[in-house]
Amino acid sequence: MANDKLGTAIVITSGKGGVGKTTTSANIGTGLAMLGYSVVVLDADIGLRNLDVVMGLENRIVYDLVDVVEKNCRLKQALIRDKRQEKLYLLPAAQTKDKTAVKPEQMVELINELKKHHDYIIIDSPAGIEQGFQYSIAGADRAIIVTTPEISAVRDADRVIGILEANELNDPELILNRIRPDMVRRGDMMNTEDVLDILAIDLIGIVPDDESIVISTNKGEPIVIDEKALAGKAYRNIVRRIVGEEVEFLNLEQNEESKFSKVLKLIFGK
Amino acid sequence: MDFFKLFTKKQEKSKNVAKERLKLVLVHDRSDLSPRFLEMIKSDIVKVISKYAEIDESEIEIKMTKMKREGQNSPVSALVANIPIVNVKSKNK
Repeated sequence: MANDKLGTAIVITSGKGGVGKTTTSANIGTGLAMLGYSVVVLDADIGLRNLDVVMGLENRIVYDLVDVVEKNCRLKQALIRDKRQEKLYLLPAAQTKDKTAVKPEQMVELINELKKHHDYIIIDSPAGIEQGFQYSIAGADRAIIVTTPEISAVRDADRVIGILEANELNDPELILNRIRPDMVRRGDMMNTEDVLDILAIDLIGIVPDDESIVISTNKGEPIVIDEKALAGKAYRNIVRRIVGEEVEFLNLEQNEESKFSKVLKLIFGK
Repeated sequence: MDFFKLFTKKQEKSKNVAKERLKLVLVHDRSDLSPRFLEMIKSDIVKVISKYAEIDESEIEIKMTKMKREGQNSPVSALVANIPIVNVKSKNK
């Protein structure tokens, strides 16, 4: 037992669907592996599996989370090694089962087992606050909440923060996703300060709404490996903060002319 | 162009509208007082006050809100009741 690691399990959650949980999970997992950590990304969205396609590993799935829990296979057999990162593994969700297939106690047992062999377990939680959410937070040590600056997403995030605290997952951290600097500057989108003012939790990252995320997802390559994309940098910063580094936040909402608008002005001569 | 700018400046930024709406809705979400509970509270308050005064039931407003209290940074939830009194009943009755 002396050689055993004691990894950290982090659940990525949001309440509302479609705010970017799966993309965030894939990027954080990949980013941590890029720093040399051994990582398992766990798709807890049974019945609506997607982390596999976002990571480009959909063709390699043989066993899944439910197979492991039901002991149809050994844990190691279900872990799929990533294409690029040596120390990154995916544990895919089952696609043909539903969320009653896994109980919170089983999840705790599974995650404790994974923590013995890996530094980080990233759990991609399903949307909603029902059964799937309950088992996905069961084994987690930390929680990261993803929201967009929209009224509905922030409302659901607030609800989830309350539930996490009731489940003794204190001090969740926030990723504000899909910020559009142009809209923030016009006053047509809530900015980081507005959202933090309402949710009153610590910020761990801000990610711009970046077309290159769509493109990279199309290809099954997390944006975090893209050196040029701003969203890639945003995720690399988040990962460094997760491991305890102090990293300055990207300035996506400055009031004066941004670099981007300066470039635009250069191009269009306005 | 300047005319339009002047015009739009007078309108509130939509993010502020969103923030205000969000704050209000979260007050309800965060408290366990559902609209049904508020109705029950309201009818009980009406019963009690009606003993002593005639009140305009159609104008009663009872809502949850957030209030800053002196010496505290974070606002606390408060129940605000606005009950218009039409006539105070005489004491000897």
